[in-house]
Amino acid sequence: MQSGGLYARRRAVNAVYLTLSWTATGIGLAVLFLILGELLWRGIPALSVDFFTKETPGPGSTGGGMANAIIGSVFMTGLATLVGTPVGILTGTYLAEFGRGSRIAPAVRFVNDILLSAPSIIIGVFVYGLIVVPMHGFSAWAGSAALAIIVVPVVVRTTENMLGLVPGSLREAAVALGAPQWKVIVMVAYRAALQGMLTGVMLAVARIAGETAPLLFTVVSNQFTSLDMNREMASLPVVIFQFANSPYDNWVDLAWGGAMLITLSILLLNIAARLLASWSNRTP
Amino acid sequence: MTADFALTASEAARPPTLGRPIVGPRGPVAAAQTAPKVVIKDVRFYYKQFEALKGINLVLHDKRVTAFIGPSGCGKSTLLRILNRIYQLYPGQRATGEVLVDGRNILEPGQDLNLLRAKIGMVFQKPTPFPMSIYDNVAFGIRLYERLTPGALDERVEEALRRAALWEEVKDKLRQSGLSLSGGQQQRLCIARAVAVKPEILLLDEPASALDPISTQRIEELIAELKSDYCIAIVTHNMQQAARSSDYTAFMYLGELVEFSETEALFTHPREKRTEDYITGRFG
Repeated sequence: MQSGGLYARRRAVNAVYLTLSWTATGIGLAVLFLILGELLWRGIPALSVDFFTKETPGPGSTGGGMANAIIGSVFMTGLATLVGTPVGILTGTYLAEFGRGSRIAPAVRFVNDILLSAPSIIIGVFVYGLIVVPMHGFSAWAGSAALAIIVVPVVVRTTENMLGLVPGSLREAAVALGAPQWKVIVMVAYRAALQGMLTGVMLAVARIAGETAPLLFTVVSNQFTSLDMNREMASLPVVIFQFANSPYDNWVDLAWGGAMLITLSILLLNIAARLLASWSNRTP
Repeated sequence: MTADFALTASEAARPPTLGRPIVGPRGPVAAAQTAPKVVIKDVRFYYKQFEALKGINLVLHDKRVTAFIGPSGCGKSTLLRILNRIYQLYPGQRATGEVLVDGRNILEPGQDLNLLRAKIGMVFQKPTPFPMSIYDNVAFGIRLYERLTPGALDERVEEALRRAALWEEVKDKLRQSGLSLSGGQQQRLCIARAVAVKPEILLLDEPASALDPISTQRIEELIAELKSDYCIAIVTHNMQQAARSSDYTAFMYLGELVEFSETEALFTHPREKRTEDYITGRFG
């Protein structure tokens, strides 16, 4: 053991970096728990039967709930996910499986990266010009379209990355059995990447469930429950945005409740997605 | 540099060399020649500009095992990957020359590669079970080209698993994921998957290199058993394995076929100095 000094030095360096890692983790977790704690502290008292069954109150009136906003959010988020996910998965599949060596793929990837990092308010303004102006009015169609545009790049990116992680040996094994490329992708690559792809979709849902800016330009809000796609529709983020800035105590309480509801829903969705993926991996 | 397809009487009568040849406990008896299944004529292979195979000539016989030995990077695996044209998955790789399978040149354009690959099974170095159940792994290839009743499919899956000496271990957990098996079991699952489609040629690319001695032994027994039905080509780093389980052995070095003859002759009376040096462990 001639190198005792070197060993001591390595131990010291190890201790320093380990401490730094723990500190960084601690700071990250502390912020997260502060936010969640505040949310639960203020949000739980706001939850009641009324919260889920009554519509948003007018100025000056007491009580009220978020029923119209909850319904609108579920509706528009669901529609945007239904439309955006297939587009995103197909584009991601193209990039990962077919685009290798092509000249179009790098361009598509670049444009997708720009779309991914584009401020959502820009997308709101874009859809305003594309749909709201020609249709002469705000509508849930326009809101869903804006959200779908946000879903696409997130799903494209995760799909491409997750398919990229599928080992080439797995594809070779399927090809060696005589499987045509589409079967290799659908039956082997998708299955191997399923958990990651589902996580990508969940990320996209989480992202649009909290989006406010694009909705302000496209659907605005609605004081009443509406499922008419051609009219304004309420949504949780927009109502939270309006109510949190208001002078009325019951509005502010409702905003806290809404914020907590969104957070918890995303948490539950993520847990569900993970359970689903691990379950389907075990018994396909 | 010579690549004869059979030993001449004078070569067989050569005096033994000084090196200590490695011969297995039951060196395969030089069997009567069978029909050539694959004829390889002046095959060259390029990774972009790099010439990885420099004009290979050799014959694979039906119902015989041909082993390929040689140091890493000598082109053994590359040669195997030409036989089912799996190299075609990667741009920049190309082969010239002729590979006649049953008299048809598979390197010619216009081949149905999927049908070709269904006829030529391949097992890789690392086990590559698909992320699906044990049953579905084996049924995957069968379902690609055959429409069977559920009962008939069950029989084919059982037959394949029995041939791969895996049936007794998995018969009660066919619905479990193929990933849940041990490494040796996974590799036998891959062999079952390859033989399930009833190929005519079986390519084994170092099938036992990642396995423990017991699993290796089982796979060698399996090769001996499968030999009666298939034309088998096996790449191996293990010379005892080549000596034990093959009828013919090809020694390759730096992209060239140095020597090719019946296994016993190659290991007891190598004609080339380089072969002798390699099998006696002086290099490689």
